[in-house]
Amino acid sequence: MSTVLDPSAPASRPPRRRRVRATPVAWLLWGAVIFFFLNVAGVIGSVLVNSFGRRWFDTWLPEGFTTDWYGQAWEEFRLLQVLTVTVEVALLVVGISVLIGAPAAYVLARRTFPGRNVVYLMFLLPILMPPVTYGIPLATLLYELGLAGNLSGVVLANLVPSVPFVILTMTPFIEQIDPGIERAARMCGANTRRVLLRIVGPLLLPGVLAASILVLVRTVGMFELTFLTAGPDSQTLIVALYYSMSASGIRAQQSVDAMAVMYTAMMLVLLLVALRFVNPTQLVARVKEDVE
Amino acid sequence: MTTVTTQSATGTGNGLTAGAVPPGARPALRHRLAERGVDGQLLLLVPAAIFVLGLFVYPFGYGVALSFQPGQGDALSAYRAFFTDTFQRDTIGTTLWIALPVALANVLASVPIAYRMRGRFRGKRLVTTALVVPITLGTVLTAQGLLNFLGPTGWFNRALVSTGLVDAPLELTHNYWGVVMSLVITGFPFAFLLVLSYLSGIDPSLERAAATLGAGWWNRFRRVTLPLLAPGLATTFCLTFVLAFAVFPSAVLVGDPSGSTRVISIAAYQAAYEQFDYALGSAIAIVMGAVELIVIAVVLGARSLLYTGSTAGGKG
Repeated sequence: MSTVLDPSAPASRPPRRRRVRATPVAWLLWGAVIFFFLNVAGVIGSVLVNSFGRRWFDTWLPEGFTTDWYGQAWEEFRLLQVLTVTVEVALLVVGISVLIGAPAAYVLARRTFPGRNVVYLMFLLPILMPPVTYGIPLATLLYELGLAGNLSGVVLANLVPSVPFVILTMTPFIEQIDPGIERAARMCGANTRRVLLRIVGPLLLPGVLAASILVLVRTVGMFELTFLTAGPDSQTLIVALYYSMSASGIRAQQSVDAMAVMYTAMMLVLLLVALRFVNPTQLVARVKEDVE
Repeated sequence: MTTVTTQSATGTGNGLTAGAVPPGARPALRHRLAERGVDGQLLLLVPAAIFVLGLFVYPFGYGVALSFQPGQGDALSAYRAFFTDTFQRDTIGTTLWIALPVALANVLASVPIAYRMRGRFRGKRLVTTALVVPITLGTVLTAQGLLNFLGPTGWFNRALVSTGLVDAPLELTHNYWGVVMSLVITGFPFAFLLVLSYLSGIDPSLERAAATLGAGWWNRFRRVTLPLLAPGLATTFCLTFVLAFAVFPSAVLVGDPSGSTRVISIAAYQAAYEQFDYALGSAIAIVMGAVELIVIAVVLGARSLLYTGSTAGGKG
């Protein structure tokens, strides 16, 4: 075998070796990725099909299709009220966390001072801890203070991971702003407030948008904290969904599916908006996209 | 006050409230503090600091205190109740047995895919977006979907049975595998994005330099890319581990919440909100946080042994 191959080897080896080596690995990899996607598509597809299906037992597809489940879910779960609460909570959390987080992010990005690491760790911990660990003591405390079981409790609890999240998301954006511009403004006599409002603020707008949208996505999807602090009238969509699903048997599967589809559609829109402002791969390490 | 503000060379707005310091000493103190980086600008940190202290540190301390004040028994009896009851204690093992393999699998699967995705190619944005979409699914849709898709009459088992790969439908829901699957679907895109961003932070010219020195594909990856990537992988592992460790809704919905997937957050929730034993609930929550922090500390401790410098190429 080798004697046959050897004469032709010097001429064709470099390209062929590359191809032979790369192909199986690449095929395996893309095969795995496609298999993953097929399953995800199956998971989404089965919910989608079921939410439109009439009766679906032991067949590939349901007997017929209908849109009734959406109307039914809308009324049965008082979705208008749930959606209103969700939007209220999300907007309040976004607004407050940006107002509190942005100045802190500015200081942490620009300055060094004694105890900076302690402060940084303090802001990092709420993100690192599972929500249940601080959610249970926090909810207990909020119930003692009479703040839980209503909208304010849900907002306060959701702020705990959101403020640190804003700080961490905005820090790279602030680092991108040339400090020389701020120094120039100071030379011209601007004080801190004016520098922040007139110079840093406008330059930071993309960062604020990015942080806001990511916090919005997180808050809409945050289950544990809302679950622990919400009362019957302050459930967000995801908690209402959980209750409707864990009480299954009472309600038709299909209307739960219809509700889940609505939730995902909403999240998808939010995320696609977010992707217009943030390149997801540049959140951690900032790289120029066009490297040759 | 106005004189003080004009004195400060950097014009940092309101000075520190120096209180009872005599007028002569004030500039000196200000200057000494300013030299170490302390001045009025740090006041911008105050709202966030008050907020974290009030809503995170204080409740946490309150929880710790609460866990030492059970309704009956001595200070440690809530912890003792947790650790002596095997039904409760085993939740730690159950949670780790779910979270560690899931986090490891997510990170390990992300590396080769992200490695392939580094370059610029047609449809890259599309693939990235497609990978991000599962993040939006939310636990409930994932749970519903898995129950439909992997259930005994679902498409997955139907395909397996009709192609003759298995004789009877596989049991994939309401057990360990259902929870693992739901965590992979929600966790993998997240891990992938992180790994991809760490990987694209590594200067490709480093690898090109290795290639000119004759290093093959495997050597370039093993000797150049992997060591630079390892700290990022440790961070990604920690973050996906945190996500998987906190699993609660999917453990109930697609798992077996009274048996093989009774994770520690279920135990904490049941103690606090079904038995109304807040001391025990807080104690379990604190044990949970401690276990998680230990794992993170081990991983990050191992990371500090690795290279932690810049991943951008040198100028020379």
